[in-house]
Amino acid sequence: MTESNKRKIRLTIPEQEILSPGHLACQGCGAALAMRYALKALGPDTITAIPACCWSVIDGPFPYSAAGVPIYHCAFETAASTAGGISYAIKALKKKGITALAWAGDGGTFDIGFQALSGAAERGDNIIYVVYDNEAYMNTGIQRSSATPYGAWTTTTPVKHFKKAPKKNIMEIMVAHHIPYGATANIAYPEDFIKKLQKAKNIEGCKFIHLYAPCPTGWKHPPGITVKIARLATETRIFPIYEVERGVYTINKKVPKPKSVDMYLKMQGRFRHLSSEAIQYIQQQVDANWERLIKLEQAFGS
Amino acid sequence: MKKVLTGNFTAAYGAVAAKVNVISAYPITPQTTIVEILSEIVADGKLDAEFIKVESEHSALASCIGAQALGARTFTATSAQGLALMHELLHWTARGRLPIVIANVNRAMAPGWSIWADVTDSVSQRDTGWMQMYCENNQEVFDSIIMSYKIGEHRDVLLPTLINLDAFFLSHTSQVVDLYTEKVIDQFLPCYQPAVHLDVKDPRSFGALTSPEYYYEFSYKIQQAMIRAKSVIRDVGKKFGELFDRQYDLVEPYRCDDAEIILVNYGTIAGTAKEAVDVMRDQGISVGSLKIRYFRPFPSEDIEAVLKTANKVGVIDRAVSYGHAGPFFTEIQACMSGTSLPLYGFVAGLGGRDVSLHDIENIVKHMQSRKPEELIWIGIKDD
Ligand SMILES: Cc1ncc(C[n+]2csc(CCOP(=O)(O)OP(=O)(O)O)c2C)c(N)n1
Ligand SMILES: [Mg+2]
Repeated sequence: MTESNKRKIRLTIPEQEILSPGHLACQGCGAALAMRYALKALGPDTITAIPACCWSVIDGPFPYSAAGVPIYHCAFETAASTAGGISYAIKALKKKGITALAWAGDGGTFDIGFQALSGAAERGDNIIYVVYDNEAYMNTGIQRSSATPYGAWTTTTPVKHFKKAPKKNIMEIMVAHHIPYGATANIAYPEDFIKKLQKAKNIEGCKFIHLYAPCPTGWKHPPGITVKIARLATETRIFPIYEVERGVYTINKKVPKPKSVDMYLKMQGRFRHLSSEAIQYIQQQVDANWERLIKLEQAFGS
Repeated sequence: MKKVLTGNFTAAYGAVAAKVNVISAYPITPQTTIVEILSEIVADGKLDAEFIKVESEHSALASCIGAQALGARTFTATSAQGLALMHELLHWTARGRLPIVIANVNRAMAPGWSIWADVTDSVSQRDTGWMQMYCENNQEVFDSIIMSYKIGEHRDVLLPTLINLDAFFLSHTSQVVDLYTEKVIDQFLPCYQPAVHLDVKDPRSFGALTSPEYYYEFSYKIQQAMIRAKSVIRDVGKKFGELFDRQYDLVEPYRCDDAEIILVNYGTIAGTAKEAVDVMRDQGISVGSLKIRYFRPFPSEDIEAVLKTANKVGVIDRAVSYGHAGPFFTEIQACMSGTSLPLYGFVAGLGGRDVSLHDIENIVKHMQSRKPEELIWIGIKDD
């Protein structure tokens, strides 16, 4: 950006690009955008543990790395425990000002890595844990995870037998661990995501961010509308943006006039098979979940 | 300084003497007191380290991996089911070339639940790229922990070590252990200087997607490191002897020079075997004992050099590779394959069954009177 332009525009996002453009993500990948914003927020003094997930490919094969910060590729189920180990070593070796970041997919977080995450949260390991949620095991070819929502097609929940179980409410489970900071975020709202990471960076203990990150390949939508779909998820109240700081709830995006879930669902091939009854059911669930969140904010807000 | 200590306390003091920076461990009988004492020592500030009270052995090793990658010297201890739960991460450690040390209290695998001695837990981790060594007594536990960091961190090696001590026979048995002095240990084992580490000033990725173009060579380098480790183990053992009056090697022959029959063994059976050798020598039987310290790297040359003068060799295994033979037996068979030496395979002491002096005498009697046949199970109740 030229100096004269800079003076005209007030930058709301840190200008420094740490992630380099030569990564291996698919077109329109929400997870790639996510890392770009995360590194802008956290800066270069960040050490990242990445378990098996799309990001273990996106960063590039040996001897390349796009991230621009140290990356430790770790076992699928160990994002929290590896990052936790890094955080204790930072303390033991008295290396100041370094952030230990666990960066995992929904499968590595909601499912196989959950035990390690629960342990780190209960102990209060000094890490920031970001789950970029694309609602399935994308790296292995779009299989359902416990973050896959009701109604979605995946390769293990084919159209005739689409997913019937609801999406696991990971935020509430993490909040129940009494973590000092938990937040949801969405790649469609980068300022909010960045602000939350910067807040998390200055809090001691286990910080958890549930980040919504669409996957055009797995959701069957054109790569050009990733951000649009992500924004719709919040505008329909499907994915509310809120934070819980030491037990205090704040809904960061109020959504007074929600759009109908129909709009969101119709844009994605993974929901194409849904009957109007199924869509109605989804709308009811979304409304009920939102209602519940409002009550939580009323009861436990500031 | 000499103290009377159980094997578990000795292992804990070994980690303290090695001045580890991060300990991460989970309790399991019979390893538990290692975790208990270390957590107390760290909490009391007697060791400047972090202790991570993880929720599983899986996280214990994963967090050691993260910490070691940042440049910390790390330690954990486990046993049986715990080591099995770590299995995937054992590969991650060795392929990541992280010289972590684990004290593993050898215990039988369930079911049925057994907390007693058996080396199936460790030998079944054979191909993970870890160095594996077996201790005869508590002094060897202490000495091996200190030496293992020096060996593993050596630039020619950069591999982790699994130190094995038999459940109860060592873990819960008190023996006199010389803990030496801090100054001399520090001189022998200075602070950890990693070859490479996670460094924000020099951002690299570790363990990235690796094509067939590179993976093959990475594996080759581990094999080369294992081969080089043999001479590093010898050198470190010698240097240790100069400073502490106790020398170590890959193997330890006992009265083997002129022995017609040699019994190959490892772990606590080695102590009983030496005693049996003395008793039988007094009766005029020409017998010796060869203790194997290292299972990986496997000291084929050293073993061959000792066994080549014997008339008969018996191998006593506290494990069995089901469908074949004892795990050490098959290794000995392979390294003596160019000879016509009669080899006898014995299984003994699984699940903590006692292996007595009498059992060892019976093994020798068996070898004196019979030809080698299929695997012999000592003291089996065959009905
Ligand atoms: C122990 C283990 N089981 C299975 C796998 C195979 N695996 C690799 S990535 C992956 C799915 C990852 O899904 P998620 O965490 O949602 O990340 P995404 O691929 O969607 O980015 C699976 C099943 C593995 N690497 N390790
Ligand atoms: Mg996913």
